[in-house]
Amino acid sequence: MSDVKEKGKCWLYSDEVKKHFFDPRNIFKTDEEAEEYEKSADGIGEVGSPACGDVMRFYIKVKDGKITECRFKTFGCASAIASTSVLSEMVIGMKLEDAKKIKPQDILKKLGGLPPRKVHCSVLGDKALRAAIADYEGKQK
Amino acid sequence: MTKKEIYLDHASTTYLDEEVFKEMEPYFSKNYGNPGSLHYKGLESKEALDMSREKVAKLVGSDVEELVFTSGGTESINLAIKGVALTKGKGHIITTTVEHPAVLETCRFLEKKGFKVTYLDVDKDGIVSVKEVEKALRKDTILVSIIYANNEIGTINPVAKIGRVLRKKGILFHTDACQAGGALNINVKDLDVDLMTLNGSKIYGPKGIGLLYVKKGVKLEPLIHGGGQENGLISGTENIPGIIGFAKALELGQQKREEENGRLVELRDRLVTGVLEKISKTFLNGHPTERLPNNANISFLDVEGESILLHLNEKEIYVSTGSACSSKELEISHVLNAIGLKADAAHGSIRFSLGKRTTKGDIDYVLKVLPGIIESLRRLSPVHLEEVRK
Repeated sequence: MSDVKEKGKCWLYSDEVKKHFFDPRNIFKTDEEAEEYEKSADGIGEVGSPACGDVMRFYIKVKDGKITECRFKTFGCASAIASTSVLSEMVIGMKLEDAKKIKPQDILKKLGGLPPRKVHCSVLGDKALRAAIADYEGKQK
Repeated sequence: MTKKEIYLDHASTTYLDEEVFKEMEPYFSKNYGNPGSLHYKGLESKEALDMSREKVAKLVGSDVEELVFTSGGTESINLAIKGVALTKGKGHIITTTVEHPAVLETCRFLEKKGFKVTYLDVDKDGIVSVKEVEKALRKDTILVSIIYANNEIGTINPVAKIGRVLRKKGILFHTDACQAGGALNINVKDLDVDLMTLNGSKIYGPKGIGLLYVKKGVKLEPLIHGGGQENGLISGTENIPGIIGFAKALELGQQKREEENGRLVELRDRLVTGVLEKISKTFLNGHPTERLPNNANISFLDVEGESILLHLNEKEIYVSTGSACSSKELEISHVLNAIGLKADAAHGSIRFSLGKRTTKGDIDYVLKVLPGIIESLRRLSPVHLEEVRK
């Protein structure tokens, strides 16, 4: 039928979500790298619970008040993985003060939107990021 | 050459069998008559309808008068449960926690209307105990409704044993046999049921057609009022091509049942053994042997089901998941919850349901690509589950 999209074109989410889900940025390439980062990251923050279906863990490295590197781990569906991936791209090079101000809406915009019912549970990345920044700032005192 | 699609979601719906389609085809625009009409055109349809009814009656072991065609499994279930309830006016209904939503939501609706409902728990494999059913019976129990074979985990309930107990006590018994039509014995006398639901779209028949067997003497309040078709229970001009297709599909399914079951069990076990051997932290949900030949429901710990599903989808392998992320309510599968799985573990469940066109090559391809998908999702996951049961 002409009004049904051809295969590969009908997808649950936006193209941007698809891109980040299948090729997430700033992830660990090996388990060794992940272990190393657990020790060397300047701040680590985690939110969510596996029982609810979404857990996000954010790692940052900081220099002169700016985020120089970050990594993440996400347990969750495509929108959860994509939203954390997009966030990780957004924050590199960003001042901590600005990073703290990132809202779920900012992530959503970059993703090209999500189905409404997915927004609440999937976009927890900003909270994980703030937890990582708080972890870093706590260590500075 | 385009890559072959691997459809492993037959429990959701099946394709229409070619032979079935051939039987249906003349009844769309050539023999289109209304079987209620008195002219040749109508009588042509009436004859086809009667022949299909006789065919189905033989297959389920009933009389033709005991068959009601509906628009599908959901309508049959609604007619069975509401039909009994509204006839009795009040009373108590027994069902289980692992029924299809068509049963659960109908029962919840009746609770709002003042009926009492007991939802029986099942064991860790998903089986309801005959004793528990007997224990739940009350003086005012009007109906027991129990799923024959579970649509999510494939577990088969001891319907015939329950039927025998209820027959002795004179309690009406309905079974939702939607998943059983092509795989199990559906003889209503062997099963000792008063009401049985079947569905065309799970047995390589058309969508939009279902059956409710109603034992002689069982009184049901009609569900759809109108011209009085289907013994006055479901009014509206009969879906002739649908009924013809349903009858043919059921016939083919039941005829080839033994042979096809043997083939499916072999393929399914190859899949289950392969997954459990190749991928750590995985386990099979549902009963190890008392299960549908085509069902493999497997949990993959530390990863989420929708993510697995979408990676498989990209390889043109089609499955379904009990993860909350895939449901409208964002809740995990009520069936996996009922068999005692922790939500954490239920999120990573995938249902593979095999079918007629599934080959050994398909299974081997799944076994080839799946370990890599799980490995990459696990490397991405911050979760490390130990306990799987509540």
